[in-house]
Amino acid sequence: MDKTRRIILKATMAAGTLAVAAGANLLTPSTVLAAWPKKAFKSNKMSEAMSIVAGAGKPVPSKDITVEAPDIAENGAVVSVKVTSTLPGVETISVFVPVNNFPLSASYILSDQVVPSITGRIKMAKTADIVAVVKANGKLYTAKKAVKVTLGGCGG
Amino acid sequence: MARKMKIRAWDNGKNISIKAIIFHPMETGMRKDKKTGKKIPGHYITEVNCEHNGKNILTCQWGPGVSKNPFLAFNFNGGKKGDTIKISWVDNQGGKGGASAKIS
Repeated sequence: MDKTRRIILKATMAAGTLAVAAGANLLTPSTVLAAWPKKAFKSNKMSEAMSIVAGAGKPVPSKDITVEAPDIAENGAVVSVKVTSTLPGVETISVFVPVNNFPLSASYILSDQVVPSITGRIKMAKTADIVAVVKANGKLYTAKKAVKVTLGGCGG
Repeated sequence: MARKMKIRAWDNGKNISIKAIIFHPMETGMRKDKKTGKKIPGHYITEVNCEHNGKNILTCQWGPGVSKNPFLAFNFNGGKKGDTIKISWVDNQGGKGGASAKIS
């Protein structure tokens, strides 16, 4: 008898923990919508990372995307990048540094309220292009900007 | 470790501007401790959610390639003064944090 009661108590407590976990998820809705794409961030192939975060297909170079970054970055650990797109229906903006160990730096999922112009700061191992890939109305577009890095930002 | 962040949200006359900085080491996991020669474990923010009045407007998926103390700036439409902006983040070690601000 007593044992059953214990089990029931335990089960109720477990259920309680689950409810708390579900509550925590409500605070961060996208953990339900889209899990963090671990494989994309761990991939050393840019094409693989791109297909995971942006979708399959070859991105088309577009003049409607601008990548703003300094021409010369003295410190590769902090490179300010602004990606702006004037394409209609922007869904995601992803930023890549092809020469980094893991080319994918950041990916942004935009709601229709957000103006497709995102500023962030990324690390660059050495002089390279910063490549932005924008998914708009289901299609992929790309643009890049060359940045000269005088001190790499990924070394140890 | 200090888990702090700063958010500013304001009406720029055309739409709403948001600027945020999160104080986080963003350790890549590739760096070595110069004294011991051991690798420093990766510690970086993986996901950031930006909410306007409780509705998710922007999700950032970040990796170790984002700079230390990450900075984020963007604009959005449909907000007004007094609305609440909430930004929350999680990292690869299970750490999390967040802050909210009113649009001014």
